[in-house]
Amino acid sequence: MANEEQNDAKKDAAPDAETAPLAKQEDDESARPEGAAEAKNEAVVTEVVAVEVVATAPAAKADEPPPLVRAAYEHPLAIRVTHWVNAVSLFVLIGSGLRIFRAFPSFGPKIPEKVLIDIPKSLTLGGWLGGALQWHFTFMWFFAASGIFYLAYQVVSGHYRTMLFTPRDIPGVWPMARHYFFFGPKPLATGQYNPLQKLAYTSSIGFGILSLLTGIVLYKPAQFSWLAFLFGGFHLTRVWHFAAMCGFLAFIPGHLIMVVLHGWSNFFSMLSGWKRDPEYQE
Amino acid sequence: MITRLEDKELKRQSRRELLKLAPVAALGIFAFPKVSDRLVAEGVRFSDWASGALFRSQHLAQTFPDADVVPFAKFPYNYYDVVDPGVDLEKWTLTVAGEVQRPGEYKLEQIQALPKVRQNTRHVCVEGWDVIGSFGGARVSDFINLVGANTSARFLEVECVDDYYEAIDMASVLHPQSLLCYEMYDQPLDRGHGAPLRLQMPTKLGYKQAKYLNTIRVTNVLKPGKTGYWEDQGYSWFGGL
Repeated sequence: MANEEQNDAKKDAAPDAETAPLAKQEDDESARPEGAAEAKNEAVVTEVVAVEVVATAPAAKADEPPPLVRAAYEHPLAIRVTHWVNAVSLFVLIGSGLRIFRAFPSFGPKIPEKVLIDIPKSLTLGGWLGGALQWHFTFMWFFAASGIFYLAYQVVSGHYRTMLFTPRDIPGVWPMARHYFFFGPKPLATGQYNPLQKLAYTSSIGFGILSLLTGIVLYKPAQFSWLAFLFGGFHLTRVWHFAAMCGFLAFIPGHLIMVVLHGWSNFFSMLSGWKRDPEYQE
Repeated sequence: MITRLEDKELKRQSRRELLKLAPVAALGIFAFPKVSDRLVAEGVRFSDWASGALFRSQHLAQTFPDADVVPFAKFPYNYYDVVDPGVDLEKWTLTVAGEVQRPGEYKLEQIQALPKVRQNTRHVCVEGWDVIGSFGGARVSDFINLVGANTSARFLEVECVDDYYEAIDMASVLHPQSLLCYEMYDQPLDRGHGAPLRLQMPTKLGYKQAKYLNTIRVTNVLKPGKTGYWEDQGYSWFGGL
Protein backbone atom coordinates (compact mmCIF):
# COMPACT_ATOMS: atom_id res chain seq x y z
CA MET A 1 0.00 0.00 0.00
CA ALA A 2 2.75 2.41 1.01
CA ASN A 3 4.45 2.02 -2.33
CA GLU A 4 1.27 2.54 -4.24
CA GLU A 5 0.65 5.78 -2.36
CA GLN A 6 4.18 6.92 -3.01
CA ASN A 7 3.71 6.36 -6.69
CA ASP A 8 0.49 8.29 -6.65
CA ALA A 9 2.14 11.10 -4.73
CA LYS A 10 4.95 11.35 -7.26
CA LYS A 11 2.49 11.32 -10.10
CA ASP A 12 0.40 14.04 -8.52
CA ALA A 13 3.28 16.19 -7.34
CA ALA A 14 3.98 17.85 -10.65
CA PRO A 15 0.42 19.04 -11.49
CA ASP A 16 -0.06 20.30 -7.93
CA ALA A 17 3.09 22.36 -8.15
CA GLU A 18 1.80 23.91 -11.34
CA THR A 19 -1.64 24.80 -10.04
CA ALA A 20 -0.56 25.98 -6.61
CA PRO A 21 0.64 29.45 -7.67
CA LEU A 22 -2.70 30.05 -9.40
CA ALA A 23 -4.64 29.17 -6.28
CA LYS A 24 -2.40 31.50 -4.31
CA GLN A 25 -3.11 34.40 -6.67
CA GLU A 26 -6.85 33.93 -6.37
CA ASP A 27 -6.67 33.94 -2.63
CA ASP A 28 -4.56 37.10 -2.62
CA GLU A 29 -7.18 38.88 -4.72
CA SER A 30 -10.00 37.93 -2.39
CA ALA A 31 -7.94 39.62 0.37
CA ARG A 32 -8.62 37.15 3.15
CA PRO A 33 -5.44 37.09 5.24
CA GLU A 34 -6.10 33.75 6.94
CA GLY A 35 -7.01 31.95 3.74
CA ALA A 36 -4.08 33.50 1.97
CA ALA A 37 -1.72 32.31 4.65
CA GLU A 38 -3.06 28.77 4.37
CA ALA A 39 -2.73 28.81 0.64
CA LYS A 40 0.86 30.00 0.96
CA ASN A 41 1.64 27.15 3.31
CA GLU A 42 0.14 24.65 0.91
CA ALA A 43 2.12 26.11 -1.92
CA VAL A 44 5.31 25.82 0.06
CA VAL A 45 4.63 22.22 0.95
CA THR A 46 3.91 21.20 -2.62
CA GLU A 47 6.98 23.03 -3.84
CA VAL A 48 9.08 21.09 -1.38
CA VAL A 49 7.64 17.81 -2.67
CA ALA A 50 8.32 18.91 -6.21
CA VAL A 51 11.89 19.73 -5.32
CA GLU A 52 12.29 16.35 -3.71
CA VAL A 53 11.14 14.61 -6.86
CA VAL A 54 13.50 16.65 -8.98
CA ALA A 55 16.32 16.10 -6.53
CA THR A 56 15.88 12.34 -6.17
CA ALA A 57 15.55 11.63 -9.85
CA PRO A 58 19.14 12.47 -10.90
CA ALA A 59 20.55 10.96 -7.72
CA ALA A 60 18.76 7.70 -8.41
CA LYS A 61 20.12 7.66 -11.95
CA ALA A 62 23.63 7.84 -10.64
CA ASP A 63 23.05 4.67 -8.59
CA GLU A 64 22.02 2.72 -11.74
CA PRO A 65 18.52 1.70 -10.48
CA PRO A 66 16.58 -1.16 -12.05
CA PRO A 67 14.72 0.08 -15.15
CA LEU A 68 11.08 1.11 -14.60
CA VAL A 69 8.26 -0.65 -16.42
CA ARG A 70 5.09 0.99 -17.70
CA ALA A 71 1.92 -0.35 -16.08
CA ALA A 72 -1.65 0.69 -15.38
CA TYR A 73 -4.01 -0.33 -12.60
CA GLU A 74 -6.94 -0.85 -14.95
CA HIS A 75 -9.48 -2.87 -13.01
CA PRO A 76 -10.39 -1.97 -9.41
CA LEU A 77 -11.19 -4.90 -7.11
CA ALA A 78 -14.96 -4.29 -7.30
CA ILE A 79 -14.88 -4.60 -11.10
CA ARG A 80 -12.77 -7.78 -10.99
CA VAL A 81 -14.97 -9.46 -8.37
CA THR A 82 -18.21 -8.63 -10.18
CA HIS A 83 -16.69 -9.62 -13.53
CA TRP A 84 -15.91 -13.14 -12.36
CA VAL A 85 -19.07 -13.64 -10.32
CA ASN A 86 -20.99 -12.47 -13.36
CA ALA A 87 -19.02 -14.73 -15.70
CA VAL A 88 -19.80 -17.82 -13.59
CA SER A 89 -23.43 -16.74 -13.14
CA LEU A 90 -23.95 -16.20 -16.87
CA PHE A 91 -22.43 -19.59 -17.64
CA VAL A 92 -24.86 -21.26 -15.21
CA LEU A 93 -27.87 -19.13 -16.14
CA ILE A 94 -27.47 -19.67 -19.89
CA GLY A 95 -26.82 -23.40 -19.47
CA SER A 96 -29.78 -23.94 -17.16
CA GLY A 97 -31.91 -21.46 -19.12
CA LEU A 98 -31.46 -23.52 -22.27
CA ARG A 99 -32.55 -26.62 -20.35
CA ILE A 100 -35.63 -24.76 -19.09
CA PHE A 101 -36.36 -23.64 -22.65
CA ARG A 102 -36.30 -27.28 -23.80
CA ALA A 103 -39.40 -27.93 -21.66
CA PHE A 104 -41.37 -25.61 -23.95
CA PRO A 105 -39.14 -24.87 -26.95
CA SER A 106 -41.34 -22.22 -28.49
CA PHE A 107 -42.84 -18.79 -28.00
CA GLY A 108 -46.26 -17.26 -28.09
CA PRO A 109 -49.69 -17.95 -26.68
CA LYS A 110 -50.36 -21.12 -28.66
CA ILE A 111 -49.02 -24.40 -27.38
CA PRO A 112 -47.06 -25.64 -30.40
CA GLU A 113 -47.14 -29.03 -32.00
CA LYS A 114 -43.55 -28.76 -33.10
CA VAL A 115 -40.25 -27.77 -31.56
CA LEU A 116 -39.29 -24.26 -32.67
CA ILE A 117 -35.63 -24.45 -31.59
CA ASP A 118 -34.16 -27.81 -30.60
CA ILE A 119 -31.34 -27.17 -28.17
CA PRO A 120 -29.04 -30.19 -27.76
CA LYS A 121 -29.18 -31.58 -24.24
CA SER A 122 -25.38 -31.65 -24.11
CA LEU A 123 -25.30 -27.84 -24.16
CA THR A 124 -27.58 -27.57 -21.16
CA LEU A 125 -27.13 -27.72 -17.42
CA GLY A 126 -29.25 -29.18 -14.66
CA GLY A 127 -30.19 -32.58 -16.09
CA TRP A 128 -33.95 -32.04 -16.07
CA LEU A 129 -36.35 -29.12 -15.82
CA GLY A 130 -36.45 -29.20 -12.00
CA GLY A 131 -32.67 -29.37 -11.71
CA ALA A 132 -32.19 -26.56 -14.22
CA LEU A 133 -34.70 -24.42 -12.34
CA GLN A 134 -32.74 -24.98 -9.11
CA TRP A 135 -29.55 -23.71 -10.74
CA HIS A 136 -31.42 -20.83 -12.36
CA PHE A 137 -33.14 -19.79 -9.11
CA THR A 138 -29.83 -19.95 -7.22
CA PHE A 139 -27.61 -18.09 -9.64
CA MET A 140 -30.18 -15.44 -10.48
CA TRP A 141 -29.38 -14.03 -7.02
CA PHE A 142 -25.62 -13.97 -7.67
CA PHE A 143 -26.26 -12.40 -11.06
CA ALA A 144 -28.63 -9.75 -9.69
CA ALA A 145 -26.50 -8.94 -6.64
CA SER A 146 -23.24 -8.62 -8.57
CA GLY A 147 -24.97 -6.70 -11.36
CA ILE A 148 -26.55 -4.17 -9.04
CA PHE A 149 -23.34 -3.77 -7.04
CA TYR A 150 -21.39 -3.37 -10.30
CA LEU A 151 -23.70 -0.63 -11.59
CA ALA A 152 -23.68 1.19 -8.26
CA TYR A 153 -19.88 1.02 -8.14
CA GLN A 154 -19.52 2.28 -11.71
CA VAL A 155 -21.74 5.28 -11.01
CA VAL A 156 -20.36 6.18 -7.58
CA SER A 157 -16.68 5.74 -8.48
CA GLY A 158 -16.97 7.39 -11.89
CA HIS A 159 -15.08 4.42 -13.31
CA TYR A 160 -17.79 4.10 -15.97
CA ARG A 161 -16.07 6.90 -17.90
CA THR A 162 -13.45 4.43 -19.10
CA MET A 163 -16.01 2.08 -20.65
CA LEU A 164 -19.36 3.79 -21.25
CA PHE A 165 -20.17 4.13 -24.94
CA THR A 166 -21.27 7.69 -25.73
CA PRO A 167 -22.19 9.42 -29.01
CA ARG A 168 -18.62 10.75 -29.09
CA ASP A 169 -17.43 7.17 -29.67
CA ILE A 170 -19.60 6.61 -32.76
CA PRO A 171 -17.04 7.85 -35.36
CA GLY A 172 -14.44 5.49 -33.94
CA VAL A 173 -16.54 2.32 -34.26
CA TRP A 174 -16.13 1.74 -38.00
CA PRO A 175 -12.32 2.22 -38.17
CA MET A 176 -11.94 -0.25 -35.31
CA ALA A 177 -14.34 -2.77 -36.85
CA ARG A 178 -12.49 -2.38 -40.17
CA HIS A 179 -9.25 -3.19 -38.38
CA TYR A 180 -10.65 -6.25 -36.60
CA PHE A 181 -12.70 -7.78 -39.38
CA PHE A 182 -11.28 -6.46 -42.68
CA PHE A 183 -7.55 -6.08 -41.96
CA GLY A 184 -7.77 -2.27 -41.99
CA PRO A 185 -5.09 -0.10 -40.41
CA LYS A 186 -5.02 -0.11 -36.61
CA PRO A 187 -6.46 3.12 -35.19
CA LEU A 188 -4.33 4.87 -32.56
CA ALA A 189 -5.22 3.68 -29.05
CA THR A 190 -6.16 6.69 -26.94
CA GLY A 191 -7.74 5.19 -23.84
CA GLN A 192 -8.16 1.97 -21.90
CA TYR A 193 -10.90 0.83 -24.27
CA ASN A 194 -11.46 1.53 -27.96
CA PRO A 195 -14.91 2.62 -29.24
CA LEU A 196 -15.84 -0.89 -30.38
CA GLN A 197 -14.99 -2.29 -26.95
CA LYS A 198 -17.05 0.41 -25.29
CA LEU A 199 -19.96 -0.47 -27.55
CA ALA A 200 -19.65 -4.17 -26.70
CA TYR A 201 -19.34 -3.64 -22.93
CA THR A 202 -22.09 -1.04 -22.78
CA SER A 203 -24.50 -3.26 -24.73
CA SER A 204 -23.73 -6.23 -22.51
CA ILE A 205 -24.77 -4.12 -19.52
CA GLY A 206 -27.99 -3.51 -21.45
CA PHE A 207 -28.45 -7.26 -21.98
CA GLY A 208 -27.92 -7.76 -18.24
CA ILE A 209 -30.53 -5.19 -17.26
CA LEU A 210 -32.97 -6.60 -19.82
CA SER A 211 -32.48 -10.19 -18.69
CA LEU A 212 -32.91 -9.24 -15.03
CA LEU A 213 -36.11 -7.22 -15.56
CA THR A 214 -37.68 -9.78 -17.91
CA GLY A 215 -36.59 -12.54 -15.53
CA ILE A 216 -38.48 -10.84 -12.70
CA VAL A 217 -41.62 -10.82 -14.88
CA LEU A 218 -41.28 -14.49 -15.86
CA TYR A 219 -40.65 -15.46 -12.22
CA LYS A 220 -43.51 -13.40 -10.75
CA PRO A 221 -45.88 -12.33 -13.56
CA ALA A 222 -48.79 -11.79 -11.17
CA GLN A 223 -46.89 -9.75 -8.56
CA PHE A 224 -45.13 -7.64 -11.23
CA SER A 225 -48.03 -7.38 -13.68
CA TRP A 226 -47.15 -3.70 -14.37
CA LEU A 227 -43.66 -4.72 -15.48
CA ALA A 228 -45.14 -7.47 -17.66
CA PHE A 229 -47.32 -4.79 -19.24
CA LEU A 230 -44.24 -2.62 -19.98
CA PHE A 231 -42.63 -5.50 -21.87
CA GLY A 232 -45.77 -6.09 -23.93
CA GLY A 233 -47.24 -8.96 -21.93
CA PHE A 234 -46.15 -12.36 -20.65
CA HIS A 235 -45.44 -13.92 -24.06
CA LEU A 236 -43.33 -11.03 -25.36
CA THR A 237 -41.43 -10.94 -22.07
CA ARG A 238 -40.36 -14.52 -22.71
CA VAL A 239 -39.11 -13.43 -26.14
CA TRP A 240 -37.18 -10.49 -24.63
CA HIS A 241 -35.65 -12.76 -22.00
CA PHE A 242 -34.46 -15.10 -24.75
CA ALA A 243 -33.25 -12.15 -26.84
CA ALA A 244 -31.15 -10.87 -23.93
CA MET A 245 -29.47 -14.27 -23.76
CA CYS A 246 -28.85 -14.13 -27.53
CA GLY A 247 -27.17 -10.77 -26.93
CA PHE A 248 -24.84 -12.38 -24.40
CA LEU A 249 -24.23 -15.30 -26.76
CA ALA A 250 -23.19 -12.80 -29.43
CA PHE A 251 -20.94 -10.90 -27.03
CA ILE A 252 -19.20 -13.75 -25.21
CA PRO A 253 -17.46 -15.53 -28.15
CA GLY A 254 -16.18 -12.22 -29.52
CA HIS A 255 -14.99 -11.24 -26.06
CA LEU A 256 -13.19 -14.57 -25.56
CA ILE A 257 -11.53 -14.44 -28.99
CA MET A 258 -10.24 -10.94 -28.22
CA VAL A 259 -8.92 -12.10 -24.86
CA VAL A 260 -7.02 -14.93 -26.53
CA LEU A 261 -5.65 -12.64 -29.26
CA HIS A 262 -4.44 -10.03 -26.77
CA GLY A 263 -2.46 -12.48 -24.73
CA TRP A 264 -1.61 -13.18 -21.13
CA SER A 265 -0.86 -9.70 -19.79
CA ASN A 266 -4.25 -8.46 -20.90
CA PHE A 267 -6.06 -11.50 -19.46
CA PHE A 268 -4.10 -11.36 -16.21
CA SER A 269 -5.14 -7.73 -15.71
CA MET A 270 -8.72 -8.92 -15.01
CA LEU A 271 -7.27 -11.03 -12.19
CA SER A 272 -4.66 -8.69 -10.71
CA GLY A 273 -5.99 -5.34 -11.85
CA TRP A 274 -2.55 -4.38 -13.19
CA LYS A 275 -1.71 -4.35 -16.88
CA ARG A 276 1.94 -4.41 -17.83
CA ASP A 277 2.97 -2.14 -20.68
CA PRO A 278 -0.47 -1.10 -21.99
CA GLU A 279 -0.56 -0.18 -25.66
CA TYR A 280 -2.21 3.20 -25.11
CA GLN A 281 -0.43 6.37 -23.94
CA GLU A 282 -1.28 7.93 -20.57
CA MET B 1 -3.34 6.44 -15.65
CA ILE B 2 -0.05 4.89 -16.71
CA THR B 3 2.47 4.51 -13.91
CA ARG B 4 6.14 3.65 -14.10
CA LEU B 5 7.38 1.32 -11.45
CA GLU B 6 10.03 -1.30 -10.87
CA ASP B 7 9.38 -4.74 -12.27
CA LYS B 8 9.68 -6.26 -8.79
CA GLU B 9 7.17 -3.79 -7.42
CA LEU B 10 4.68 -4.44 -10.24
CA LYS B 11 4.89 -8.16 -9.56
CA ARG B 12 4.38 -7.59 -5.84
CA GLN B 13 1.33 -5.37 -6.44
CA SER B 14 -0.13 -7.82 -8.96
CA ARG B 15 0.31 -10.74 -6.57
CA ARG B 16 -1.37 -8.89 -3.73
CA GLU B 17 -4.30 -7.75 -5.87
CA LEU B 18 -4.68 -11.29 -7.20
CA LEU B 19 -4.94 -12.61 -3.63
CA LYS B 20 -7.71 -10.13 -2.84
CA LEU B 21 -9.75 -11.85 -5.56
CA ALA B 22 -9.32 -15.28 -3.96
CA PRO B 23 -12.72 -15.40 -2.19
CA VAL B 24 -14.44 -15.49 -5.60
CA ALA B 25 -12.87 -18.93 -6.09
CA ALA B 26 -15.34 -20.15 -3.45
CA LEU B 27 -17.89 -20.32 -6.28
CA GLY B 28 -15.84 -23.28 -7.51
CA ILE B 29 -17.63 -25.35 -4.85
CA PHE B 30 -20.56 -25.51 -7.27
CA ALA B 31 -18.40 -27.71 -9.50
CA PHE B 32 -18.75 -30.59 -7.01
CA PRO B 33 -22.10 -32.30 -7.67
CA LYS B 34 -22.59 -33.64 -4.13
CA VAL B 35 -22.22 -30.18 -2.61
CA SER B 36 -23.88 -28.27 -5.44
CA ASP B 37 -27.04 -30.42 -5.25
CA ARG B 38 -27.49 -29.25 -1.66
CA LEU B 39 -26.52 -25.67 -2.43
CA VAL B 40 -28.95 -25.21 -5.33
CA ALA B 41 -31.71 -26.76 -3.20
CA GLU B 42 -30.88 -24.08 -0.60
CA GLY B 43 -30.98 -21.49 -3.40
CA VAL B 44 -34.54 -22.53 -4.18
CA ARG B 45 -35.44 -22.38 -0.49
CA PHE B 46 -34.12 -18.84 -0.35
CA SER B 47 -36.06 -17.94 -3.50
CA ASP B 48 -39.18 -19.42 -1.93
CA TRP B 49 -38.64 -17.38 1.21
CA ALA B 50 -38.28 -14.23 -0.91
CA SER B 51 -41.37 -15.20 -2.92
CA GLY B 52 -43.40 -15.55 0.25
CA ALA B 53 -42.19 -12.16 1.45
CA LEU B 54 -43.04 -10.59 -1.93
CA PHE B 55 -46.51 -12.13 -2.09
CA ARG B 56 -49.25 -9.52 -1.77
CA SER B 57 -52.30 -11.25 -0.36
CA GLN B 58 -54.78 -8.78 -1.86
CA HIS B 59 -53.04 -8.16 -5.22
CA LEU B 60 -55.16 -9.75 -7.93
CA ALA B 61 -53.75 -11.65 -10.88
CA GLN B 62 -54.85 -10.29 -14.23
CA THR B 63 -58.32 -11.33 -15.39
CA PHE B 64 -59.42 -11.44 -19.02
CA PRO B 65 -62.56 -10.83 -21.07
CA ASP B 66 -64.31 -13.90 -22.49
CA ALA B 67 -62.90 -13.05 -25.93
CA ASP B 68 -59.34 -13.76 -24.71
CA VAL B 69 -60.12 -17.20 -23.32
CA VAL B 70 -58.76 -20.14 -25.35
CA PRO B 71 -61.40 -22.55 -26.67
CA PHE B 72 -62.09 -25.38 -24.24
CA ALA B 73 -60.74 -27.93 -26.71
CA LYS B 74 -57.36 -26.14 -26.69
CA PHE B 75 -57.03 -26.20 -22.89
CA PRO B 76 -54.44 -28.96 -22.38
CA TYR B 77 -54.90 -31.96 -20.14
CA ASN B 78 -51.92 -32.25 -17.83
CA TYR B 79 -51.50 -35.14 -15.44
CA TYR B 80 -48.65 -36.98 -13.79
CA ASP B 81 -50.11 -40.47 -13.90
CA VAL B 82 -53.43 -40.99 -15.67
CA VAL B 83 -55.72 -38.39 -17.20
CA ASP B 84 -58.75 -40.11 -15.61
CA PRO B 85 -58.11 -41.83 -12.27
CA GLY B 86 -61.70 -43.14 -12.31
CA VAL B 87 -63.24 -41.11 -9.52
CA ASP B 88 -66.63 -42.44 -8.39
CA LEU B 89 -68.43 -39.12 -8.79
CA GLU B 90 -71.62 -40.40 -7.10
CA LYS B 91 -69.95 -41.44 -3.85
CA TRP B 92 -67.28 -38.74 -3.82
CA THR B 93 -66.83 -36.66 -0.67
CA LEU B 94 -64.09 -34.29 0.43
CA THR B 95 -62.39 -35.32 3.66
CA VAL B 96 -61.52 -32.35 5.86
CA ALA B 97 -58.98 -32.86 8.60
CA GLY B 98 -56.37 -31.16 10.75
CA GLU B 99 -56.77 -27.89 12.60
CA VAL B 100 -60.46 -27.40 11.88
CA GLN B 101 -63.46 -27.16 14.20
CA ARG B 102 -65.72 -29.27 11.97
CA PRO B 103 -63.67 -32.08 10.40
CA GLY B 104 -65.38 -34.81 8.40
CA GLU B 105 -66.78 -35.61 4.98
CA TYR B 106 -68.17 -32.80 2.84
CA LYS B 107 -70.39 -33.21 -0.21
CA LEU B 108 -69.90 -31.28 -3.45
CA GLU B 109 -73.31 -29.63 -2.91
CA GLN B 110 -72.05 -28.05 0.31
CA ILE B 111 -69.16 -26.46 -1.61
CA GLN B 112 -71.46 -25.40 -4.43
CA ALA B 113 -73.75 -23.73 -1.89
CA LEU B 114 -70.97 -21.22 -1.14
CA PRO B 115 -70.86 -17.97 -3.20
CA LYS B 116 -69.72 -18.87 -6.71
CA VAL B 117 -66.82 -17.06 -8.33
CA ARG B 118 -66.32 -17.16 -12.09
CA GLN B 119 -62.95 -15.93 -13.34
CA ASN B 120 -60.99 -15.90 -16.60
CA THR B 121 -57.37 -16.19 -15.56
CA ARG B 122 -54.02 -17.30 -16.90
CA HIS B 123 -52.94 -20.83 -16.12
CA VAL B 124 -49.12 -20.84 -16.17
CA CYS B 125 -47.14 -24.05 -16.43
CA VAL B 126 -43.66 -24.38 -14.95
CA GLU B 127 -42.58 -25.53 -18.43
CA GLY B 128 -43.16 -22.05 -19.81
CA TRP B 129 -46.47 -22.31 -21.64
CA ASP B 130 -49.72 -20.78 -20.46
CA VAL B 131 -53.41 -20.74 -21.34
CA ILE B 132 -56.16 -18.35 -20.41
CA GLY B 133 -59.10 -20.37 -19.18
CA SER B 134 -62.51 -19.83 -17.64
CA PHE B 135 -63.01 -21.26 -14.17
CA GLY B 136 -65.84 -21.38 -11.65
CA GLY B 137 -65.94 -22.43 -8.02
CA ALA B 138 -66.02 -21.43 -4.39
CA ARG B 139 -63.30 -19.39 -2.73
CA VAL B 140 -61.02 -21.66 -0.74
CA SER B 141 -61.18 -19.03 2.01
CA ASP B 142 -64.99 -19.37 2.21
CA PHE B 143 -64.77 -23.13 2.55
CA ILE B 144 -61.96 -22.84 5.09
CA ASN B 145 -64.24 -20.61 7.17
CA LEU B 146 -67.16 -23.01 6.71
CA VAL B 147 -65.20 -25.86 8.27
CA GLY B 148 -63.88 -23.57 11.01
CA ALA B 149 -60.23 -23.83 10.08
CA ASN B 150 -57.50 -22.20 12.09
CA THR B 151 -56.34 -19.69 9.47
CA SER B 152 -53.24 -18.86 11.46
CA ALA B 153 -52.01 -22.37 10.68
CA ARG B 154 -49.27 -22.36 8.04
CA PHE B 155 -50.38 -24.81 5.39
CA LEU B 156 -53.24 -26.43 3.56
CA GLU B 157 -52.28 -29.96 2.59
CA VAL B 158 -54.24 -31.65 -0.18
CA GLU B 159 -54.35 -35.28 -1.29
CA CYS B 160 -55.77 -36.48 -4.56
CA VAL B 161 -57.53 -39.57 -5.88
CA ASP B 162 -54.54 -40.27 -8.15
CA ASP B 163 -52.15 -40.12 -5.13
CA TYR B 164 -50.86 -36.71 -6.16
CA TYR B 165 -50.36 -34.45 -3.17
CA GLU B 166 -49.69 -30.78 -2.58
CA ALA B 167 -49.33 -28.21 0.18
CA ILE B 168 -50.08 -24.50 -0.12
CA ASP B 169 -49.02 -21.61 2.13
CA MET B 170 -51.96 -20.12 4.05
CA ALA B 171 -51.56 -16.61 2.54
CA SER B 172 -52.09 -18.03 -0.95
CA VAL B 173 -54.94 -20.26 0.28
CA LEU B 174 -56.76 -17.17 1.57
CA HIS B 175 -56.15 -15.17 -1.63
CA PRO B 176 -59.51 -14.01 -3.07
CA GLN B 177 -58.78 -15.67 -6.44
CA SER B 178 -57.93 -19.09 -4.97
CA LEU B 179 -60.80 -21.40 -5.82
CA LEU B 180 -62.08 -24.86 -5.06
CA CYS B 181 -62.95 -25.20 -8.72
CA TYR B 182 -65.85 -27.38 -9.89
CA GLU B 183 -66.59 -25.71 -13.24
CA MET B 184 -64.66 -24.86 -16.39
CA TYR B 185 -66.23 -22.89 -19.21
CA ASP B 186 -69.52 -22.89 -17.27
CA GLN B 187 -69.69 -26.70 -17.41
CA PRO B 188 -69.06 -29.15 -14.60
CA LEU B 189 -65.36 -29.97 -14.39
CA ASP B 190 -64.65 -32.91 -16.70
CA ARG B 191 -62.67 -35.94 -15.55
CA GLY B 192 -59.47 -34.99 -17.32
CA HIS B 193 -59.38 -31.56 -15.71
CA GLY B 194 -59.84 -32.96 -12.21
CA ALA B 195 -63.51 -33.80 -11.62
CA PRO B 196 -65.20 -33.29 -9.34
CA LEU B 197 -63.02 -30.73 -7.55
CA ARG B 198 -59.60 -29.15 -8.11
CA LEU B 199 -57.59 -26.21 -6.85
CA GLN B 200 -57.49 -23.21 -9.17
CA MET B 201 -55.10 -20.45 -8.15
CA PRO B 202 -53.94 -17.82 -10.67
CA THR B 203 -51.17 -16.83 -8.23
CA LYS B 204 -49.63 -20.31 -8.41
CA LEU B 205 -47.98 -22.44 -11.09
CA GLY B 206 -50.00 -25.31 -12.54
CA TYR B 207 -48.35 -28.07 -10.52
CA LYS B 208 -49.61 -26.47 -7.28
CA GLN B 209 -53.22 -26.60 -8.51
CA ALA B 210 -53.99 -30.20 -7.64
CA LYS B 211 -56.83 -32.04 -9.38
CA TYR B 212 -59.25 -34.83 -8.27
CA LEU B 213 -59.15 -33.59 -4.66
CA ASN B 214 -59.74 -36.20 -2.00
CA THR B 215 -58.61 -34.78 1.32
CA ILE B 216 -57.65 -31.37 2.62
CA ARG B 217 -55.83 -30.88 5.90
CA VAL B 218 -55.01 -27.67 7.75
CA THR B 219 -51.66 -28.06 9.44
CA ASN B 220 -48.59 -26.35 10.81
CA VAL B 221 -46.16 -29.11 9.90
CA LEU B 222 -45.25 -30.69 6.59
CA LYS B 223 -43.57 -34.07 6.78
CA PRO B 224 -40.18 -34.05 5.04
CA GLY B 225 -40.51 -35.80 1.70
CA LYS B 226 -44.25 -35.11 1.74
CA THR B 227 -44.32 -31.41 0.77
CA GLY B 228 -45.70 -31.84 -2.75
CA TYR B 229 -45.29 -34.45 -5.50
CA TRP B 230 -42.98 -32.41 -7.76
CA GLU B 231 -41.53 -30.32 -4.94
CA ASP B 232 -40.15 -33.46 -3.31
CA GLN B 233 -38.24 -34.02 -6.55
CA GLY B 234 -36.84 -30.50 -6.71
CA TYR B 235 -39.46 -28.06 -7.89
CA SER B 236 -39.88 -24.81 -5.97
CA TRP B 237 -42.25 -25.40 -3.06
CA PHE B 238 -43.77 -21.92 -3.14
CA GLY B 239 -44.36 -22.10 -6.91
CA GLY B 240 -45.93 -18.65 -6.85
CA LEU B 241 -46.52 -16.23 -9.69
